[in-house]
Amino acid sequence: MKKRNKKVSQLASLPVRQLEPANRPMVRQAHHPSDHPERSRGAGQPANDSLRLGRPLSLRDVENHYCAGCGHGIVHRLVCEAIDEFGIRDRVIAVAPVGCAVIAYEYWDFDVTEAAHGRTPAVATGIKRVRPHNIVFTYQGDGDLAAIGTAEIIHTANRGENITVIFVNNGVYGMTGGQMAPTTLAGQKTSTTLTGRSIRRDGYPIKMLEMLAVLPGAKYLERVSVHSAQETLRAKRAITKAFKMQIDNKGFSMVEVLSMCPTYWGMTPLQAADRIKNEVSTFYPLGVIKSC
Amino acid sequence: MCGNEACGEGAILAGCKFYAGYPITPQNELTSYAAKRMNETGGVFIQAESELAAINMVFGASAAGVRAMTSSSSPGMSLKQEGISYMAGCELPCVIVNMQRGGPGLGNIAPAQGDYFQAVKGGGHGDYKIIVLAPSSVQELLEYTFLAFDLADKYRNPACILGDGLLGQMMEPIEIPSNLVPEIPEKPWALTGCKGRKPNVIRSLILAEGALEEHNKHLQAKYGQIKAAEVRVETLGVKDCDIVLVAYGSIARIAKAAMELARAEGLKVGFVRPITLWPFPETSIAEIAGRAKKFLVVEMSAGQMVEDVRLAVNGRAEVAFYGRMGGGIPTEEEVFEQIRKLI
Repeated sequence: MKKRNKKVSQLASLPVRQLEPANRPMVRQAHHPSDHPERSRGAGQPANDSLRLGRPLSLRDVENHYCAGCGHGIVHRLVCEAIDEFGIRDRVIAVAPVGCAVIAYEYWDFDVTEAAHGRTPAVATGIKRVRPHNIVFTYQGDGDLAAIGTAEIIHTANRGENITVIFVNNGVYGMTGGQMAPTTLAGQKTSTTLTGRSIRRDGYPIKMLEMLAVLPGAKYLERVSVHSAQETLRAKRAITKAFKMQIDNKGFSMVEVLSMCPTYWGMTPLQAADRIKNEVSTFYPLGVIKSC
Repeated sequence: MCGNEACGEGAILAGCKFYAGYPITPQNELTSYAAKRMNETGGVFIQAESELAAINMVFGASAAGVRAMTSSSSPGMSLKQEGISYMAGCELPCVIVNMQRGGPGLGNIAPAQGDYFQAVKGGGHGDYKIIVLAPSSVQELLEYTFLAFDLADKYRNPACILGDGLLGQMMEPIEIPSNLVPEIPEKPWALTGCKGRKPNVIRSLILAEGALEEHNKHLQAKYGQIKAAEVRVETLGVKDCDIVLVAYGSIARIAKAAMELARAEGLKVGFVRPITLWPFPETSIAEIAGRAKKFLVVEMSAGQMVEDVRLAVNGRAEVAFYGRMGGGIPTEEEVFEQIRKLI
């Protein structure tokens, strides 16, 4: 319960941060590999000094609301690094989800819209079809993409929409208090599976990429993780490739990022990272699922 | 041209460049017409996987600054309500056509007016209003669809054409007015990529303490402006009448014919047709209520608009109701019979 209370108190403090992001003291993104003390000098330097060491231009200089050890901050950064490397910040239109990343637009310094829960790819479809020269991506969690928005993601992929989807899979509903997600592993305890996810009662965890891979409209599908520096670099390459696919008009691309939720896994950040390595990534295999 | 097609042509004339829809009777001719005309005029047509997806595709196109529309019929409109609430909250303009059919549930495909409450009271969650226009002919379907785009853009708010299966399927000759020039404003708020400007954000999520109340006050002030400026109503013979018929949409034509029958027999019967259902012509009705003794509201529902008439009349005259449901369409003689009963 302590952990949940902590989460609630963090959410309660959100509004203040939203009100005056510009007036907040600069606090770098937490938990990124580049946060290592030896590299910390990079944070205050101009972004063009080094993307790896500095703050990407596309990432706002504000404190984020994510819990300690959460993967969202890392994924936000990787997306921004990729966008900056392509020099497309002023062409990007992002669609933020409902879930922990609901206020992603507080962190991203480019055009962003919200979307109703799960309708994210439909909104992106509307944008991309009328603005084909813009770079449109959705950023979705597992509840958004694999539960309430299942129809939208399947049909958006099946139409071969030329958009990029960043799918952050942490196997739990973080925003609402740690309920079972469609991607929750068998036996995993959540606030709605108190004795662990029962396959008989709750069904099986969904592998979205493998499902989407059978659709001809889906052109590039890769699963990565941010549980270690090495995997984070791979994640960066996959996200970059996914944007490149869109820039080259190759069609629907999606990167699933296995991400830590220490708060609702009931773990320390390090334990959560180890869980991805030892448990989550054995069920959700990392690597390119489809590329054409 | 049928009513559904007239809606589509009104949208094309208004510069609509995006249509997303899902098949449902009795509005399918509009979807087909949009597929053909969007292709011919360089617009985008998408047959969506659901009404939910369709309204959210419209959300995206509208957020990107383009005139966008969707259409459906009653059961599909229930699904769109989520998106309409979001669009109202985000202040995104769009046009939604509802060719109503019999309900509740799957109901039937006959004409009905059972979605009045859903349309004018805000069918989704939260305090919001959408502009609701109720044409009563094929010509009006074209002209009011055109107008709906201008109003939606003017107020950055969804606008709805509330028709029914009768209007949508009806064939009538139309004349395209020569003076139809859409007023498409600049949209500096739209998502176009942030080149040369600060990033734009479109959202209805407002968490800061008190900020959502402020946003709601802003919305309500806007709705007040719409109420003050955009009421449209047709009245006939209300200067010297004892009984006033009130009806909208297709059934207003039947009511008008019943009024003529009554007038032919020397009865002093007037006629009021709300063209905007929201904002409702409450001032006109209140003013008539000062003179007339009785109102007869006729609807193809169990009695929905009649509540707004009663609010406007505010006890100063008797308000009677005659309704048919589930696809029943009254004849002018039946309405005339109801008028006789009030004498």
